[in-house]
Amino acid sequence: MAKKENRTGDTASHVGFAGEHPRLEATSELLRELVSHLRQNRTQLREEWVRRITEARLLTAMSQEEIFAEATSVYDSYVEALETGTFEALQSYARNLSERIIPRGVETHEVVGIVLLLRDVLARSLFAKYQTDFEKLNRILDAYEPAANRIANTVAVGFVQERERVIRQQQEAIRELSTPVLQVRERLLILPIIGVIDPQRARQLTEQLLRGIRTNRAKVVVIDITGVAAMDATVANHLVQTVEASRLLGATVIVTGLSPEIAQTLVTIGVELGKMNTVGDLQGGIEQAERLLGYKVVPIS
Amino acid sequence: MADEIRVAIASDQDIVLARQRGRTLAFELGFSSSDSTLVATAISELARNILTYARTGEIALKAIQSTNRQGIMVVASDEGPGIADVRQAVKDGFSTSGSLGLGLPGVRRLMDEFMIESELGHGTRVTVRKWKQ
Amino acid sequence: MDVPILKQGEFLIATIQAALSDADLLQLRSGLIQQVVRFRSRAVIVDVTAMDVMDSFASRTLREIAHMIRLRGAETVIVGIQPEVAFAMVQLGLTLEGVATALDLEEGLAYLNQKFRSTS
Repeated sequence: MAKKENRTGDTASHVGFAGEHPRLEATSELLRELVSHLRQNRTQLREEWVRRITEARLLTAMSQEEIFAEATSVYDSYVEALETGTFEALQSYARNLSERIIPRGVETHEVVGIVLLLRDVLARSLFAKYQTDFEKLNRILDAYEPAANRIANTVAVGFVQERERVIRQQQEAIRELSTPVLQVRERLLILPIIGVIDPQRARQLTEQLLRGIRTNRAKVVVIDITGVAAMDATVANHLVQTVEASRLLGATVIVTGLSPEIAQTLVTIGVELGKMNTVGDLQGGIEQAERLLGYKVVPIS
Repeated sequence: MADEIRVAIASDQDIVLARQRGRTLAFELGFSSSDSTLVATAISELARNILTYARTGEIALKAIQSTNRQGIMVVASDEGPGIADVRQAVKDGFSTSGSLGLGLPGVRRLMDEFMIESELGHGTRVTVRKWKQ
Repeated sequence: MDVPILKQGEFLIATIQAALSDADLLQLRSGLIQQVVRFRSRAVIVDVTAMDVMDSFASRTLREIAHMIRLRGAETVIVGIQPEVAFAMVQLGLTLEGVATALDLEEGLAYLNQKFRSTS
């Protein structure tokens, strides 16, 4: 006799051997009956569900065929979860589904919505089937409800977790993007800095640039600070450190986009501009970088 | 987690040993290779100060834990002459050339937290911490 | 820990292979000076790729090496400083001012070859 876990949520949930407990025996008996009903009416119930999804204007980012295909998979995993009482397959399907639909803009309320719709569609079909036997209907619903709740919960939580993971990943990507190290020519990198520089970002920027210098074997780096909002002593010192660290790796840094105000600030706080290679604008900086690299720019015509 | 690691500082070889121990511990705690390098460099400077100004002393390394993060603590202690003007010793002039003095401002920049206690004629104790990012 | 010094034509190449104590660094300094005099080398490359920490003493010693070699009329290039090490160095205010640097040995040789081709 197999040990079977009965996960029925808050009402009378027990773990024990089937047969040992009359009520438990009855529950699994009822779920078996329920499962066979859902299997027999698979086509019709699935279509009904998809119709309700469309009607409720859920999953609008997906085509009808896609909705139908996903609905089929969810339906089958759903029935399987009811039958076996194990949620792993459903859980992994929910994660997989979320991974595919999150990039297409499917929202949490839509996912919760479709699962609740399925629950409703199935409950209605149970009403229809057992409407003549009220007693039995009650017992079936008692067996079905907790399992259905748990399934809805599993799918929704799976979706939300996946969404959070995607958001974290995107934040990381945005951070990386906000300090892009671009290779414009062989051995020449450009680092356009935009926005506010705090110590953490300054550090990230420097580390990224140093790694970039090594992987691209860069000889010259143009740091463009046209987009830097403000420059105080701390930020200025970070900039100087970035220039110095790059030189330790054998790369020459040209700083461009230094506004007169920022130049003034740097002089006031004692940064020796003479140590820094500065050129008015990005274009001029790239030209100088090319000269340093030995490129000669010749008009084609 | 391992208890305190103590490295006696009495020769230039000990400086290398202390910083290697520090790097290993930082690495074991999951510090990035970049942060492990900062920790090792700070230990090197602290150990060097001991050797230069007090001849002998000790570097103690310890894994530490706050509510939501892990870190490493380094205590450099000696019974040397002590520092007359602690404030001056840690003053940061951002000078990048010339004499480096005790190198304490640099150590302060390498680490997240920095504390120094010194008594003339009795010795110096520098405590620094770095937290995992 | 001995640092091997290789003679390659007019250049000397010193490759640091492990963490160095202060005594090792001082030995490297005197070794290099002697060899530059002996071989009348035009340049010295010090490859520090294997150094995982460059503290104030190491940095100062490298600057001294470069300075003394310049007094002998030769050039010094420090190659192979790792990104993390460079980051830690600038935090400490160690910038090897006035000393030539290159990404690695290959770049260091390219730098010297170009330099001596254009002057000779």
